Amino acid sequence: MEKLLSKYFIPGKTFTLAEYEQDGIAAFASIPPAASQTGRLESGGGYQAARSMFEKFPDPKLLIEEVKKSNLRGLGGAGFPPGMKWSLVPQNTGKPVYLVVNADEGEPGTFKDKYILRHNPHLLLEGMMIAAYANNVHKAYIYIRGEYTEPWQKLVRGVEEAYAKGYLGKKIFGKDFALEIVVHRGAGAYICGEETGLLESLEGKKGFPRLKPPFPAVVGLFGCPTVINNVETLSYLPFILNRGSEWFAKLGSAKNGGLRLFSVSGHVAKPGIYELPLGISLREIIYTHAGGIRGGRKLKAVVPGGLSAAIFKADEIDVGMDFDQLRAKQTMAGSAGVIVLDETTCMVKALYVTMRFYGHESCGQCSPCREGTGWVSKILKRVSEGRGRTGDVNNLLDICSFMGGTTICALADGAAMPLCSYLEKFREEFEYYIQHGKSMVDGTALETETALVH
Amino acid sequence: MSNEIKTNDLFTGEVKKKADALLAKYETKRASLLEILHLVQEQQGYVSVAAEEAVANYLGIAPIDVHEVVTFYTLYYRAPKAKTRFNVCRTLSCALLGARDIVGHLEQKLGVKSGAKDPAGQCSIQEVECLGACELAPMLQLNDDEFVGHLTKEKIDELIKKQ
Ligand SMILES: Cc1cc2nc3c(=O)[nH]c(=O)nc-3n(C[C@H](O)[C@H](O)[C@H](O)COP(=O)(O)O)c2cc1C
Ligand code: SF4
Ligand code: FES
Repeated sequence: MEKLLSKYFIPGKTFTLAEYEQDGIAAFASIPPAASQTGRLESGGGYQAARSMFEKFPDPKLLIEEVKKSNLRGLGGAGFPPGMKWSLVPQNTGKPVYLVVNADEGEPGTFKDKYILRHNPHLLLEGMMIAAYANNVHKAYIYIRGEYTEPWQKLVRGVEEAYAKGYLGKKIFGKDFALEIVVHRGAGAYICGEETGLLESLEGKKGFPRLKPPFPAVVGLFGCPTVINNVETLSYLPFILNRGSEWFAKLGSAKNGGLRLFSVSGHVAKPGIYELPLGISLREIIYTHAGGIRGGRKLKAVVPGGLSAAIFKADEIDVGMDFDQLRAKQTMAGSAGVIVLDETTCMVKALYVTMRFYGHESCGQCSPCREGTGWVSKILKRVSEGRGRTGDVNNLLDICSFMGGTTICALADGAAMPLCSYLEKFREEFEYYIQHGKSMVDGTALETETALVH
Repeated sequence: MSNEIKTNDLFTGEVKKKADALLAKYETKRASLLEILHLVQEQQGYVSVAAEEAVANYLGIAPIDVHEVVTFYTLYYRAPKAKTRFNVCRTLSCALLGARDIVGHLEQKLGVKSGAKDPAGQCSIQEVECLGACELAPMLQLNDDEFVGHLTKEKIDELIKKQ
């Protein structure tokens, strides 16, 4: 299967600007050599898409239409089509429009953006140029999580290379179009991945999400219209421009264009990044690509789209991994972080670890979220210490029902989804733990701080 | 490194030059705050209360605005940090593959509890949430820099020996 982004993920290697430019096969891997020998312009090497967009799309609106036709989805988690998002940006406010790249990559189970930044930051930079032209943006920020020390260094280096070459600055590619890019480091907070928390953080404040509407497209950074996109979303744009939106749309499934980077972790034989078409079956990801379950054990459950997605039982994995098919199954494609749990996993402890995360990361602005995630973690901790009480499961289900849907941001929904789905699908395991004071699973793969005493 | 910082001395010479360059990138002074705090921490190892005040003066904002930010984010140290820091990921993918055992082993080997540093300031263990490196599970971040993955007890022993 052809690789687009992941073609560049060569261990120990970071593509320089020159290497990316020379890499004629980069965007044209499937085109026969004869066609690509005619020169760099046709070869679609690095920065060809950005260089040629000014002529190809004299009106940026045409570029937005092209991106819409590609069925590219927002790959940061929500799946909102970028072309659609961009058409909502008002261009007549008299204020500048900003582009902000979400490189916060905080959704547990997700590690794909790191590979793009580390191995070829120019994919992102070229994608940013395209999004900037489409939205009439002349200043862009990249918000990268503070823990990504090495990817940050590579990214800064890439930006410097692009400035040195005149690809960024006053006149990019000699055209009458200016673009400045600033790389900004976060400082450790999951909530800053939420787009409005991110904007607050970028303005030098605590990462408290803002009430929506107004949406950032209208009132965003410094009160100006702002386009926010994920690293991976933007990095596919050069391929779309080089090879056409129809080609990209056809790679994926209905209304879900292209490939995406699945981050696979947990109890699989080969954890890692797999770039596969949207709509591919979860079974195929686990068994064909990630090498199946390690140690020949049996599958128990899978988190399909980052920690905040509702969990699947082993018999639910014949499902197409795109935004619409997963929503139809009451879960989400999210960030494509696939976490695999084998038969040795205690679901009570797994849920405790999960809810502890949200308890730690809730920003505390909304009481259902702050109190809900706090209580749930406390109850689950007590249960996993063998001190569960009758009624705990019902209590947890009650909390679950009021936690989501009523809050400023979607973190609370993201916490409610695993909570409800674990309880519904593995209820007997919770009841057993409460009744017997110990896990139903012998020799569980998962220990927690308190469960160690058993 | 742990000398008490004089408020007026921080933004002088090279540091001021670097800070001014950071400021110039942003629309508002305040927007540079997170990067300025990273710079302060690079210089002094942590962000003291005195440094918070210096930053507030430098940016022309209230000290409380700086304090709020320093305490909201996890990457700013508010006391001198240990020489060697083991930040062990405890979130699901790592937990499934034995993160708890890794923490337990580190605690035993170093004689330090998770969440603390030893009195001499040689080492510390901190449990952190997903670092975006679940393919390396179980993993830790060493000294806020290098990701060390596929941890085993043996690997931990070697890692400790190298420090
Ligand atoms: C709690 C929370 C955390 C999020 N974390 C991230 C993140 O780390 N990276 C990301 O790209 N999007 C994250 N998102 C989604 C963003 O809010 C936003 O939808 C996304 O950056 C838009 O980019 P896209 O349309 O290109 O996907 C998060 C959302 C929520 C509610
Ligand atoms: S839902 Fe939770 S994380 Fe989001 S704003 Fe409210 S309290 Fe903060
Ligand atoms: S869960 Fe440990 S790095 Fe993601």
